[in-house]
Amino acid sequence: MRREDDFQERRKHIANLTDQELYDRFWELTAQVVDPLLEMGRKNTTPSVERAVLLRMGISSLETQKIVEGCMDKGLMGKGAGHCVYKLSKELGISIPEAGTMLAEGKGWDTVAAAFKGGKK
Amino acid sequence: MADMILKRNEKINVREILKDLDKYEPRRRGWHWREPAPNLKMYEFTYKDVSKPLKNYVGLPPAKFFDNIDPQPLPVITTEIASGRFEDDIRRMRMTAWHGADHIMVIRHMGQSHIDGLMEGTPQGIGGVPITRKQVRAQRKALDLIEDEVGRPINYHSYVSGVAGPDVAVMFAEEGINGAHQDPQYNVLYRDINCVRSFVDACESKKVMAWAEILQIDGAHNANATAREAWKVMPELIVQHAINSLFSEKVGIKPENISLSTVPPTATPAPCMYYDLPYAVALRDFCDRYKMRAQQNTKYICSSVREATVTHVMNMVISKLTRADIQSTITPDEGRNVPWHIYNVEACDNAKQALIAMDGLMEMVELKKDGPLPETVRDLKERATLFMEEIIEVGGYFQAVQEGFFVDSAKYPARNGDGIARKIEGGIGYGFIFERDEDYMAPVTAHFGYNNVEQYGGDPENPSALIGGCTFEDRSKIVFIDELDEDNVNTRLEKVAKYHDGKAIIPEVEWCGDGIILLTMMVPSERRMAEAVALEIGKKLGLESCEVTSKEIMQDAEGTRIEMKGKVPFDIDPSTLVIPPEPFRLDDATLFKEIEEHPVRVVCGTVGEDEHSVGLREIINIKHGGIEKWGVEVHYLGTSVPVEKLVDAAVELDADAILASTIISHDNVHYKNMKRINELAIEKGIRDKVMIAAGGTQVVPEEAVKTGIDQGFGRDSHGIDVATFLVEEGRRRRGEKTFEEIQREKEAEELA
Repeated sequence: MRREDDFQERRKHIANLTDQELYDRFWELTAQVVDPLLEMGRKNTTPSVERAVLLRMGISSLETQKIVEGCMDKGLMGKGAGHCVYKLSKELGISIPEAGTMLAEGKGWDTVAAAFKGGKK
Repeated sequence: MADMILKRNEKINVREILKDLDKYEPRRRGWHWREPAPNLKMYEFTYKDVSKPLKNYVGLPPAKFFDNIDPQPLPVITTEIASGRFEDDIRRMRMTAWHGADHIMVIRHMGQSHIDGLMEGTPQGIGGVPITRKQVRAQRKALDLIEDEVGRPINYHSYVSGVAGPDVAVMFAEEGINGAHQDPQYNVLYRDINCVRSFVDACESKKVMAWAEILQIDGAHNANATAREAWKVMPELIVQHAINSLFSEKVGIKPENISLSTVPPTATPAPCMYYDLPYAVALRDFCDRYKMRAQQNTKYICSSVREATVTHVMNMVISKLTRADIQSTITPDEGRNVPWHIYNVEACDNAKQALIAMDGLMEMVELKKDGPLPETVRDLKERATLFMEEIIEVGGYFQAVQEGFFVDSAKYPARNGDGIARKIEGGIGYGFIFERDEDYMAPVTAHFGYNNVEQYGGDPENPSALIGGCTFEDRSKIVFIDELDEDNVNTRLEKVAKYHDGKAIIPEVEWCGDGIILLTMMVPSERRMAEAVALEIGKKLGLESCEVTSKEIMQDAEGTRIEMKGKVPFDIDPSTLVIPPEPFRLDDATLFKEIEEHPVRVVCGTVGEDEHSVGLREIINIKHGGIEKWGVEVHYLGTSVPVEKLVDAAVELDADAILASTIISHDNVHYKNMKRINELAIEKGIRDKVMIAAGGTQVVPEEAVKTGIDQGFGRDSHGIDVATFLVEEGRRRRGEKTFEEIQREKEAEELA
């Protein structure tokens, strides 16, 4: 879009604000811009968010992407990749790293899917 | 680890650093600000805006006139290191820390932002290093040693961006990284990573950074570096800074750990301060809750180090007139592709020098409260506010990005239609956003957003309790991966072992053993010819891979200043070198005593056709620490003194010594004059009595002595050297042992 500078026209409604009022208005507007972005972050997840969860659970970086890919294949991202590992460790009574390695190797996914009663395709 | 201590006269042992990295634990988390030391007294001065001094340092060159003090400015000083080999960067970190850097920013290797997941091992990078756990650990461990050595905590910094931002943030939190770039807008605009993906990832990254108390720096300044007419994007810059800052604060980063990366938008020959100062004020007014990292303008940087330095210094005037919590330094890489050791050090010195030069300035000057400054400030703030308003009008941030609001080269609200537009449904990582189900769960600390741990009886305040703590509580759970590839630090170090072992020495600009040197020359021809001539000279000198890094026209036809790099195809075996001992100097007390007991009368002057008297005056004048200080009787005959007159005066005054100064000289006239003084002294029969010495900036002492005189003094000689000579030569002539001989004997005895 090309547009001439219409600053004088546009500024009319803020021209008489004090500096403090302008400051407050600027930050109110900024909050309006960022709030929906935060909401999106609260409700959604991504492969990298899930890999970062798996890392904190003590799973090797060589396995995190494979586990996340498994989750995406099985429609289990909505549960959380860390959740899948947690679930498998509980179901089989094994440690978190052991469960992680199994899933990274493509094993145990049926157990996980069954425990979640399937996932979203 | 604990038993490793650096010694100032020993190189940091990179191979030692690499040992036992799997067991290394960072000693702290979080950012360190310099400790203010208001009204600090150093030497004869009281400083207003300085911080706690260092234990070990290299001061500015003139520090030798000021009792070798090295006052440290208040802002943290950044250096950006990007050689591609982290093991060599470690040595650079140490050099810059000694020059005052306490924020080491490691530039990330190009291409890492598109890799899914962490990189491991220590592969070599281009334009930066691949950021891996092993590399980070090694460098943080080295910085622990270096910060102990210089006596000030050092902040270690890299990048949390790309499609593995959250992964990297977790690794940084685990490894004690102190600062990081994190700005989802950067991913969106410059890396074409899907905007929704970028912001969802950023929530997680920032939450992790908040936990680790990592100082965050944004990426808004890139709009300035990218826009066609950079001075017009000022309203947008304020908008970008505000979006990332408030977004970060709302995720949970404390405002004092949120720093803007701000750049004065323009550069000379624009009247840049007239533009840059109001912008700096407007930004700091609006973003008063946050920290300011003042970056140098890089948009217009060229290949001249001189030009880059002036821009840097002028930018620091703005830092001083407004506010900078972190002062960045930039090497002139962008124009020259020479991100070298020396330029990092030089840029740190520039910052230190400029900021110390302006110490206390704001007690004497203030910014005007009326006129063009506040008027432009208000104008910019209103434009930024209107920009933010329009983002909301069109339906929010993503829509605004899609419509090309950002990096448009017109001054908002004008638009040129050349902004960077990114589709909401497009870009890298598009299609990889998943809505969390009601039973979504992540049993870890510092996880952002919905997290149903209650389904397992977990505590929402402490989700990781479900697994007995995550890596943030229990370091033993971290999986350390050493090497995955042949391309690693061990194979690289093997190739340069002789240099690390001290068996050979070769010049180095960035990598151990690179052998690169820089030549500066004025070639008296036009630009293209000058470049060709320089390359031919490089070839004939035997240099390899010569490349011209800078060309500046002196005059179209008369000449071109060339800087050229080239590789030295040999190295030097240090065991073959004979290194002369450092000059022996007597202390004040000895000089006073000796000259009192054996008075010395000196005749001196500048000989030949030489009107320069500064050097000789410094040697003799009591005000400059000259030989008069110790009681030497000086008869100064002036400038352009014929050598005959000098010798005649020595006869007449019954002098003990003749001192001749020859500062500027052509065709070795200075040595011919020395030879003549010696011959005349012999002719007149006074040579046995009179000591003869000559000095000047171009005098090589060994060459001077060959003319028959007793001593020559070159560049960097001082009164004390001449006084020492007069006393020692006097003793020799009296048949006494010189003090130097006495000391050498003592040293030999001690050794035996």
